[in-house]
Amino acid sequence: MLTYLVRRLIGTVPVLLTVSIFVFGFVHLLPGDPARLVAGPDAQPQDIEAVRTEMGLSGPLWAQYGRWLGNTLEGRLGRSIKTKQPVVQVISERFMPTLWLTVVAMLWATAAGIAIGVLSGVRRGRWQDQVGMVAAISGISFPGFWLGLLLIDLFSVRLGWLPTGGYGTWQHFVMPAFTLGIGVAAVMARFTRSAFVEVMTEDYVRTARMKGVSEQIVVWKHTLRNALIPVITLTGLQFGFLLGGSIVIETVFSWPGLGRLLVDSVSFRDYPVIQAEIMLFSTQFVLINLLVDLLYAAVNPEIRLQ
Amino acid sequence: MSSTAIRSPVGEFARRFRTRPVPLAAGLVIIAIAIAAALAPWLAPFDPATPDYDHVLEGPSWLHPCGTDAYGRDILSRIIWGGRVSLTVGLLSVSLGGAAGVLTGLVSGFLGGRVDAVLMRLMDVLLAFPGIVLAIGVVAVLGPGIDNVIYAIAVFSIPVFARLVRGTTLALKQTLYVQAARSIGVRRIKLVLTHILPGALPAVIVYASLRLGTSILTAASLSFIGLGARPPSPEWGAMLADGRSYLGVATYLTLFPGLAIFVTVLAFNLLGDGLRDALDQRLRT
Repeated sequence: MLTYLVRRLIGTVPVLLTVSIFVFGFVHLLPGDPARLVAGPDAQPQDIEAVRTEMGLSGPLWAQYGRWLGNTLEGRLGRSIKTKQPVVQVISERFMPTLWLTVVAMLWATAAGIAIGVLSGVRRGRWQDQVGMVAAISGISFPGFWLGLLLIDLFSVRLGWLPTGGYGTWQHFVMPAFTLGIGVAAVMARFTRSAFVEVMTEDYVRTARMKGVSEQIVVWKHTLRNALIPVITLTGLQFGFLLGGSIVIETVFSWPGLGRLLVDSVSFRDYPVIQAEIMLFSTQFVLINLLVDLLYAAVNPEIRLQ
Repeated sequence: MSSTAIRSPVGEFARRFRTRPVPLAAGLVIIAIAIAAALAPWLAPFDPATPDYDHVLEGPSWLHPCGTDAYGRDILSRIIWGGRVSLTVGLLSVSLGGAAGVLTGLVSGFLGGRVDAVLMRLMDVLLAFPGIVLAIGVVAVLGPGIDNVIYAIAVFSIPVFARLVRGTTLALKQTLYVQAARSIGVRRIKLVLTHILPGALPAVIVYASLRLGTSILTAASLSFIGLGARPPSPEWGAMLADGRSYLGVATYLTLFPGLAIFVTVLAFNLLGDGLRDALDQRLRT
């Protein structure tokens, strides 16, 4: 297990390094001089030079990249063009709201998705299955932001039960977390069902039935446990997916998180923040995928022996 | 199974597919949407862009079945025209990304070795960005606009197709008929194009259908957050962004464009599911 862990950890390094080259190159792909862009339209030549030095944009490209990577690793990410605050500060203010939103969304979506999937699997072919799977494919096709807008229309504007947006109390969480989780719940339900149905056909399940084990024990003890192993993998992958989904949902509900910050920064062309955010999102994504693989290897020895 | 009649794989696939009402219905819905979009200039009752200040924010009526927006423009007409934008974005981005991905997968799987290693690591890097983040990054570099959304979505479709085709290529490379063709000296390009690519295509088509749904949804999301189609373009996501200011007052501004996105994406997903099931059964027998 330890060798597998070390091997996988080392494997992420080249991926993240290449990502960092892309993110660094991003500023150079932009039309025009990045230093001039950052300094603003009415900057004097000496201001532009000062910004160029501050951003580490002088000297040959490889040296610039080396300096930038070193700074990034030490957490020196420059300043936001919009607010002039250090990027680290801007991002850390937004980090917790997004983390909480994704955690709450993930929790309800996983619980609901697994429950619907198991119910559909147990009642395969009957109406519970049909309803569950129609709901699931609809959930996957649902534009989350549309659902969010309709919920705001009904529960905030018309009924006045919940706030239209913002962050603070538990009421603020209800609609965003529900909206963000719906697609994940749907994917989980479909996946759990197919994993469940597959395990139901295994020899050991048939043996258990033949021994006269009650149906309940067959479902809960023999099938569910084994069916949930691939579901673990999916849970992790969906967590990464939620990070992406949060970008749009945060915009709908004016949630002060990383996603809305990214959208605002792109509109404002706040490049230092965009760079830091893209780097952060992909690092999180890669680390979550790594964690999933490790978890999977921990429960399934076949994988790590390959 | 004691089926004695020999059917072509395509015929068998078609038979399986036809017996399923849901994907068939989904296919018909997609055809209907495509026809409506193609015939938009003749079908739409009003011009999608011309304001009519005498009929501002009117609810659904016989004249305007989906109501009118803040400029008095007919929502139904805008939805019909918007279908053009969404279908075009979906088709172009999936074709571009799919073609690049299929090519990458074929080259990677067929050549193997160092080429394979480099290409697949590159795909890993593309997969290291959560889909929409990559799209936003591309739009941030190229600037907002519907053309750039097409490129952005194409880029993040590449790795999924590449992995899919690489896997199939690796499997097909070992088959007897490919080995046989190779042993009689068929040229490599011809071998890939006539013996491996056709084997990989069914899975690619299934995936493309599912991908179309995702792409249309992503394009609408990007337009909604203001990075895609700009107003007054009648794009479904952009229309939702317009309707946002009138929540509780004119719900139909939000309801109908969203419904259009939902129905279209659902149809592509159901079609893709049906195609996959039909294909799976063929592979199993």
